[in-house]
Amino acid sequence: MGVSNGQAQVVLDITSGDLKTMESSAVQATTTADSINWVTVCSLDAIAPNTGVNALVNGEQVAIFRIGSTEEVYATGNFDPFSKAFVMSRGILGDRQGVLKVASPIYKQNFNLKTGVCLDNEEVSLQVYPVQLVDGQVQIGGNN
Amino acid sequence: MPDSKQTLVVIGNGMVGHRLLELMVEKGALDHWNLITFCEEPRVAYDRVHLSEYFVDKTAADLTLVSPGFYDNNGIQIYIGDRVTEIDRDKKLVRSANGVEIAYDRLVLATGSYPFVPPIKGNDAKGTFVYRTIEDLDAMKAHAQQSKVGVVVGGGLLGLECANALKSLGLDTHVVEFAPRLMPVQLDETAGEVLKEKIEALGVHVHTSRVTTDIVSENGKLSYMQFNDDTSLQTDMIVFSAGIRPRDELARDCGLEMGERGGIVINEACQTSDSNIYAIGECALYNNRIFGLVAPGYQMAEVASDQLLEVAEAQQFTGADMSTKLKLLGVDVASFGDNFAKTPGAKELAVNDSVAGTYKKLVVDAGGKLLLGGILVGDAEAYGTLLQLMQNQIELPDNPLGLLLPAGAGAATLSMDSLPDTAQVCSCNNVTKGELCEAIQSDGITDLATLKKCTKAGTGCGGCTPLVKDILTTELKKAGVEVNDHICEHFAYSRQELYHLLRVGEIRSFDELLEKHGTGHGCEVCKPAVASMLASSWNDYVLNTPHVGLQDTNDSFLANIQKDGTYSVIPRVPGGEITPEKLIVLGQVAQEFDLYTKITGAQRVDLFGARVDQLPKIWERLVEAGFESGHAYGKALRTVKSCVGSSWCRFGVQDSTSLAIEVEQRYRGLRSPHKLKSAVSGCTRECAEAQSKDFGIIATENGWNLYICGNGGMTPHHAVLLATDIDKETLIKYIDRFLVFYIRTADKLQRTSTWFKKLEGGLDYLKQVIVEDSLGIAEELEAQMQHHVDTYQCEWKTTIESPEKLQRFSHFVNADDADPSLVYVQERGQKRPATEAERAVLSQSRDALVSPAQ
Ligand SMILES: Cc1cc2nc3c(=O)[nH]c(=O)nc-3n(C[C@H](O)[C@H](O)[C@H](O)COP(=O)(O)OP(=O)(O)OC[C@H]3O[C@@H](n4cnc5c(N)ncnc54)[C@H](O)[C@@H]3O)c2cc1C
Ligand code: HEM
Ligand code: SF4
Ligand code: FES
Repeated sequence: MGVSNGQAQVVLDITSGDLKTMESSAVQATTTADSINWVTVCSLDAIAPNTGVNALVNGEQVAIFRIGSTEEVYATGNFDPFSKAFVMSRGILGDRQGVLKVASPIYKQNFNLKTGVCLDNEEVSLQVYPVQLVDGQVQIGGNN
Repeated sequence: MPDSKQTLVVIGNGMVGHRLLELMVEKGALDHWNLITFCEEPRVAYDRVHLSEYFVDKTAADLTLVSPGFYDNNGIQIYIGDRVTEIDRDKKLVRSANGVEIAYDRLVLATGSYPFVPPIKGNDAKGTFVYRTIEDLDAMKAHAQQSKVGVVVGGGLLGLECANALKSLGLDTHVVEFAPRLMPVQLDETAGEVLKEKIEALGVHVHTSRVTTDIVSENGKLSYMQFNDDTSLQTDMIVFSAGIRPRDELARDCGLEMGERGGIVINEACQTSDSNIYAIGECALYNNRIFGLVAPGYQMAEVASDQLLEVAEAQQFTGADMSTKLKLLGVDVASFGDNFAKTPGAKELAVNDSVAGTYKKLVVDAGGKLLLGGILVGDAEAYGTLLQLMQNQIELPDNPLGLLLPAGAGAATLSMDSLPDTAQVCSCNNVTKGELCEAIQSDGITDLATLKKCTKAGTGCGGCTPLVKDILTTELKKAGVEVNDHICEHFAYSRQELYHLLRVGEIRSFDELLEKHGTGHGCEVCKPAVASMLASSWNDYVLNTPHVGLQDTNDSFLANIQKDGTYSVIPRVPGGEITPEKLIVLGQVAQEFDLYTKITGAQRVDLFGARVDQLPKIWERLVEAGFESGHAYGKALRTVKSCVGSSWCRFGVQDSTSLAIEVEQRYRGLRSPHKLKSAVSGCTRECAEAQSKDFGIIATENGWNLYICGNGGMTPHHAVLLATDIDKETLIKYIDRFLVFYIRTADKLQRTSTWFKKLEGGLDYLKQVIVEDSLGIAEELEAQMQHHVDTYQCEWKTTIESPEKLQRFSHFVNADDADPSLVYVQERGQKRPATEAERAVLSQSRDALVSPAQ
C-alpha cells in the first residue's frame, strides 16, 4: 500500500467542485538484495547531529533520527497521529527520565523513539522501523 | 460614669512606640485600656530603616508605618508635634510642651535615640547636619543644592548609608572614620579593607584613622576640616554619623535608674526601676547594652505588650541578636554572631576573593561542627541560611566552606525541613518558620508577595526574603503544588540562572552547557530555551550545525509551521511601511507559489501554505526584491507597528514612522524569552496602540514617552510609563537596557508583562535599574545590545547563500517529491487545508492517493 511514485497534490475548488491533480516527479528508492529487504536511504552525514530527516521508503514516509553526533539512529513513521500531518522528522529530540523521545513539532506530544509509544497517551503510537548502518549508509527495513 | 479603663501613655511615636500600639490593639487591649501617645515629630511613625529612600523615590507618605485610620478607628489619642517635658512619678502624670497634662496608670518610654555629634570645635556651624529624621533630610537636600563636596563623619553602618545619600545628591563624597577601618564594630580588618576598596571604586573617598580637630568656616560658610595629622579636607557640608545616644533625659530627670553611660535600665519584662514605667527601643539599656536596630526594639514591644496585658506565658526580653545584613552603597555586607571569634577555641574559615571583591568568613566552634558567627562582604546571599544554621545549632556539613559558594554553583544548602518550627526566620518582624507554614497552609498562600503581606516577614530589612521563599517552596512542594522553577528535568536551574551560567562561563553550545550543568539529552523545553539564550548572547546563525537540532521547527526552517505541516512566510516590513513595488512582489510570489495571503495585525503580509521545499525558492525571490526575514517564527522581535505620524497626519507631533523603522531595524532578529512587540504613535491619540506592546513609544511635543511591559492577547495588560519627554538617544538607550535586562532575568516563555508583575520592587525598581542605573550595569546592557546590532544578519539571506544549509529544505532526504499528503480546497478565491471530512471525500474519489503510511 501507499505510493512509491506518482505523488500527487490534490486541489479542489470548493465552489466548482472541480478536482485538479498535479503529478510530480517520481523517484525510485533503492532496494538492497538483502533478505529482510533493507532500503538504503542516505548517508549518516546527511543527518545533522540531534535532528531527524524524512525518507520515502516503499511509498511510506519514514522519519529517521540521529542521537547527538553518534551512530545511534532510530526510525519511526513520519505521520503525527495528533495533527495528522507528516511532520515527525522535524520534531525536537531529547529524553524524559532517560527514555529517548521525539516531540511533535505541531502540538508537542512526545513519543518513545524505540517503541513509538506516545509518552503522553499510551493508546497512541508511531510506527517503528528497523534501522541499520552499513558503510556509513542508513538502511531502513522495509515493511513487506 | 467613672472610666473603669486603665490609661497607658506611650512617649515617642517612632518605629517601636508605634509597633507597641499596634500590638496592644492586636492583642485586644482596647477593651480595658485607654491608649494615648505623644509624638514629638510633626508626623506619625515612619520607616526610619528605609529613610534613605526618601532621597531616591519615596515620599514621607510612602514611608509611613501607620495604616490609614489606625489611630482614629481605634480611638487612640495621639498628640502630634508635642513633646513630653516632664514625668511626675508621684502624681503619675506626664506634662507636654504644649501644656497637655495626662494621668497614667502605666507609662512606656519609646523615645529612641539621637545622633551623637563629637565635641569638635565648630561642630554647630552652618552646613553641619545629622541623619535621623525626615526634617534632617530636607535640610540636607536644600543645602546640597549649593554644595559640591560632602563629608560624612563616621564610617559605621549609618555613616556609609549616609555617604550613599550624599553621593545620590550629586556630591563629591568623603567618609572620615576615626578607627583604622570601616564598620569597626561589625567587620574585621580584611573585611573592612575589601569594603573600603569596593566603596572607593564607586567614587567615594574613604579616610580612616583620622581625628577631626577643627571645623573651620569662612565668611559664614563652611570651608574645611582640620585633622590631627596636619592634613585637612575642603568641604561644603558635613553630616555627623558617629553613633547614637539614647534619649533618656526624661527618665534621668524623674530619677529612674540609668546606665553609667546613659540608657534607661530595664529588666526582662522591659520594666524600668519604676514597675509602672517601661522602656523599649533604642532608649532602653538591657544588660548594659543599647540595641541600635529595629528588630530588638520590636521584640521589646512584644514583651512589653505581653507584660502590660498580663498574658499567660508572657514573653521575656533576654537580649537580641545584633546580626545585620545591609546593602551599603550597593555593596552587600553582613555580620552575625561571634564575628570576631571571641569564643574560646573558635576557629575562622575565610575565603578572600580579591578578583570578585568578596570576603567571606565563618567562625565555627572548636569541633568545626557548629557555626558561631561570620562576616560577608561583597556577596551576602548565604546570610539567611548561615544565620539559621547558627541560631538553630544545626550541625554543619563536612566542608563548611561549601556554604559560601554562590547558590547553584555547588553551594551546600540548608534544607528547610531541618529548621524547627520555632526558628525565627524574620528577625525584623519576629516571624517564625511555624507561623509562615501556618499561613501557607491555612490561608492557601502560593506566592511570595502575599506571604510577605500576610505575615510581614521580609518587609523589614529584606534579608530573610530568600529564606521565606525557600520555606514557601518547600511547603508547597509538600502540598503537591509544583513550584520548582527549574527549566526542565535536564537542568536544575531557572532560566535566569542558566543564562547567567552560560554568559559567565562563555558557553557557546547546548552540548557544552548540558555537559557542565545538566543531565541526559535535553528536550523540547530546554533546547529551544537554550538556543534562544545562545542567540541573544552570541548572536550566532541559528542553523549552524550545533544549534540546528535545538530549534523548534519554526526556527529551524525559519518559518511558521501550520496545522498541515506547511509553513507561512512573513517578510519584515519595518514600521509597516512598504513601497508599491515591494507589495507587487509579494503578490507575484504568492501567485507563483499558490500561497494563501492575509494581512496580519502586525502591519505586514503573511503568505501561507509554503512547503518546506518551496521555502528557499520563495525567499530567493523575496531577498532579491530587498525583503528580510520577519522573524515571525522566533521568540524574537516581531514588528514595530506605527501610525503615519507628523509626515501625513494633521495631528502628528513627531515622525512616528521613521522612528518605528529605525527601532525595528535596530532590534530586528533579537532573540528573547518570548516574542517582543512594539509600536510608535505620532501623538497622544495613540492610533498605533503602543500601550499594549512590550515596549511602546508615544510622541509628545517635547520628545517621546516610553511605555513598557504591555500586552494584548490572552491577558491584556496596559503598558506602564517608564520615562517622559526624552530625546531619541535617551530613548534608544533605555530600550537597550530594558530589553537586555528582561532577556537576562525573565523565565522561559515569560512575556514582559508577566515578568513585570513578578518583578520585586515593580516600576520603581525598574526605573532605578534602567533610568538611574542603580545596579551599575547600564553600560554592560548597552554593550550587549550593541553586539547584537553589530552582528545582525538576515537568516534567510545567509541560508539561501549556503547550498549546504539548503539541503535540509526538502521533504524527503532521498527524493525530490513534495509531501504527497497535502490536500487543499478553495475558498473565497484562495486555497486552505482540507478538513478531515473533506479529505475523506477527496481520498475516496482519488483512490487513496494520500493515505498515511500504515
Ligand atoms: C538612616 C537610618 C538607617 C537605619 N537603618 C537600619 C537598618 O537597616 N536596620 C535596622 O535594624 N535599624 C536601622 N536603623 C535604626 C532604626 O531606625 C532604629 O533602631 C529604630 O528606629 C528605633 O526605634 P525607636 O522607636 O526606638 O526610635 P525612633 O524611631 O527614633 O523613635 C523615637 C521617637 O520618639 C520621639 N521622642 C523622643 N523623645 C520624645 C518626647 N519626650 N516626647 C515625645 N516624643 C519623643 C522621637 O522624636 C522619635 O520620633 C536606621 C536608622 C537610621 C537613622
Ligand atoms: C496567547 C497567545 C497568543 C495571542 C493572544 C496572539 C495574538 C495575536 C494577534 C492578535 C495577532 C495579530 C493577528 C492579526 O490580526 O493578523 C497575532 C499575530 C501573530 N501571532 Fe500570535 N498570538 C498568540 C500566540 C502566538 C504564538 C504561540 C505564535 C507562534 C508560535 C504566534 C505567532 C503569531 C504570528 C506569526 C503572527 C503574525 C504577526 C506578524 O506579522 O509577525 N502567536 N497574534
Ligand atoms: S497617533 Fe496621532 S499622529 Fe498617529 S495617526 Fe493617530 S492621530 Fe495621527
Ligand atoms: S529579617 Fe529583616 S525583613 Fe525579615
